[in-house]
Amino acid sequence: MPTPLLQVRNLTTRFNTEQGQVTAVDGVSFDIDAGETVAIVGESGSGKSVTALSIMRLIPSPPGKIESGEIVFEGRDLSRIDDAGMRAIRGNKIAMIFQEPMSSLNPALTVGMQVAEPSNLHRGLPWAKAMDLARELLGRVRIPDAASRLASYPHQYSGGMRQRVMIAMALACQPRLIIADEPTTALDVTVQAQILDLLKELTRETGSSLLLITHDLGVVARYADRVAVMYGGRIVETAPARELYRHPHHPYTLGLMASVPRLDGDAGGQLVPIEGQPPDLAHLPPGCAFSPRCGKASDACRAARPPLVEVAARHFKACFNDVRA
Amino acid sequence: MSELNGAATSVHAHAAASRAEMLRVEDLKVHFPLKKGIIIQRQVGTIQAVDGVSFALKRGDTLGLVGESGCGKSTTALAVLRMLEPTAGRIVFEGRDITHTAKDDMRPIRRRMQMVYQDPYGSLNPRMKVRDIIGEPLQVHGEAADAAAYTERVERMIAMVGLLPDMADRYPHEFSGGQRQRIGIARALALEPGLVICDEPVSALDVSIQAQVINLFMSLQERLGLTYLFIAHDLAVVRHISDRIAVMYLGRIVEIARRDELYKTPLHPYTEALLAAVPVADPEVEARRPRVIVKGEVPSALRPPPGCRFHPRCPKAMEKCRTVDPALTDLGAGRAVACHLHTAP
Repeated sequence: MPTPLLQVRNLTTRFNTEQGQVTAVDGVSFDIDAGETVAIVGESGSGKSVTALSIMRLIPSPPGKIESGEIVFEGRDLSRIDDAGMRAIRGNKIAMIFQEPMSSLNPALTVGMQVAEPSNLHRGLPWAKAMDLARELLGRVRIPDAASRLASYPHQYSGGMRQRVMIAMALACQPRLIIADEPTTALDVTVQAQILDLLKELTRETGSSLLLITHDLGVVARYADRVAVMYGGRIVETAPARELYRHPHHPYTLGLMASVPRLDGDAGGQLVPIEGQPPDLAHLPPGCAFSPRCGKASDACRAARPPLVEVAARHFKACFNDVRA
Repeated sequence: MSELNGAATSVHAHAAASRAEMLRVEDLKVHFPLKKGIIIQRQVGTIQAVDGVSFALKRGDTLGLVGESGCGKSTTALAVLRMLEPTAGRIVFEGRDITHTAKDDMRPIRRRMQMVYQDPYGSLNPRMKVRDIIGEPLQVHGEAADAAAYTERVERMIAMVGLLPDMADRYPHEFSGGQRQRIGIARALALEPGLVICDEPVSALDVSIQAQVINLFMSLQERLGLTYLFIAHDLAVVRHISDRIAVMYLGRIVEIARRDELYKTPLHPYTEALLAAVPVADPEVEARRPRVIVKGEVPSALRPPPGCRFHPRCPKAMEKCRTVDPALTDLGAGRAVACHLHTAP
């Protein structure tokens, strides 16, 4: 098996808050192969975005800190390289697309300059050449009339068009990995499908890998090759997408699937909700973080954290019980 | 004599119909003038937020109102509540035309129609205790005179939405999103309304919490016989809770139908595209599903396209669609669609 493009090992990221130290990401490990789309799915506070920001080394410090673990990308541990080294990778080898395109674009610069900037910065292209490339990139993300829209400002673009600009920026240096953190949550459904289809198509064309952070099980089902389900800062289950949906093992994964109304499901009946609230990271129970909401929790679950164990090929779960559907 | 009897029967039939009907909206228009200039203002345009919306809602039923941002679903709701002045059209609530009812006369009517808001953080006063938030509608409508009965009523509401009695004296910040939404629901139900307008009531909640609140809405409807106008952009949620669904696009209803028919055989190309855009949480189903991707985004309501408003994005647009605006046409069995493909020429 070839070496994965990215290997995250025991990543732990902590924040100092008024309520004490909070472990947002707690011993997370996963791989991303070249050309693969991996989704991290979870609710607010599950640690999915902090995992993404940790890989990009964008954790604000203080109050945050990557406490331990390795982030091995193309053979180098990103958690150990210096800031200048990281700047050479960020936006170049690894690019990121954020949820809110309006606040991640600079309102005072033209779209053309923002799309041209990565090639000027990382590839040393003169501005004129970088602008030519920007025009080409805007065309690739299907912005109509790209040449004349280079001189426009972000506020003159619609939400979907801004997210296309973000994708064009991400593609500028032909990154090996694109991290997209809830890239379409702020967009309408029809536009959401357009953007995700475009992203998937472009990563397929360029062979780059995609790490998709989302809360939407439908988006995961449509676009991901493999999935990691996070809860309370840990991965509770990870598997190839088809395997996960066909044979979910963790009670939280099962609960999520049962609680979401589906377009092709049984309409009008009672949904099966997961009782209780998502965990407060400042007051996690000593055992499994899901145990307070889990119908199958035993004393063992409340006493110790279950490790990830392999249940099938590339399918791991962190649960002491056998709760298969 | 027989004629008189006939007349009497028809009057009775009419009364029964209006008793069964909670809300009727006819050709509702809400336009906002767009003004320019600081000292001397002049109108430079009109935003046609809602432009000719008609529907009827039976007592005890749920009508889902779906559409993307800017389609006018929330504006329709606010106009029904008369929190926005309708530009034209008619709103008939519990058999009474309230389109032009004076502000003071609206107050007793409004206690029969209440609203649950989207944002459970922004819609509760952070300085008020839960019991005062839920009791405020009772105080406003002068039903708090008997202190014991008032307290009893507030506590009954708290229990009804699944909160614990000791939560009454806490403040909103002590609650999670799902619990706050329960507080908002208790406040809306305090006056025992007939119609509850829910504007994206679960879209701000975590996935695992949404199901709890949806179940609560459904069990309350069963217990109290509530009528819901349920506004949402999530088609799976709307399908789950609604009896009938109206799909809106740029200020218009483009299709209205019973739930199962709409989802099984969507007629309007926009409904079709909207349904196809929503991914199903199953990779195997997803791999088989046909994909209808519409081009572009919703245009501005300031300058809606001529002809059918959807035609610039429609994969099935014909020549006629560019010039002739299709009317919402009744196809029978509670189904209506505004599309030249499905209406006789």
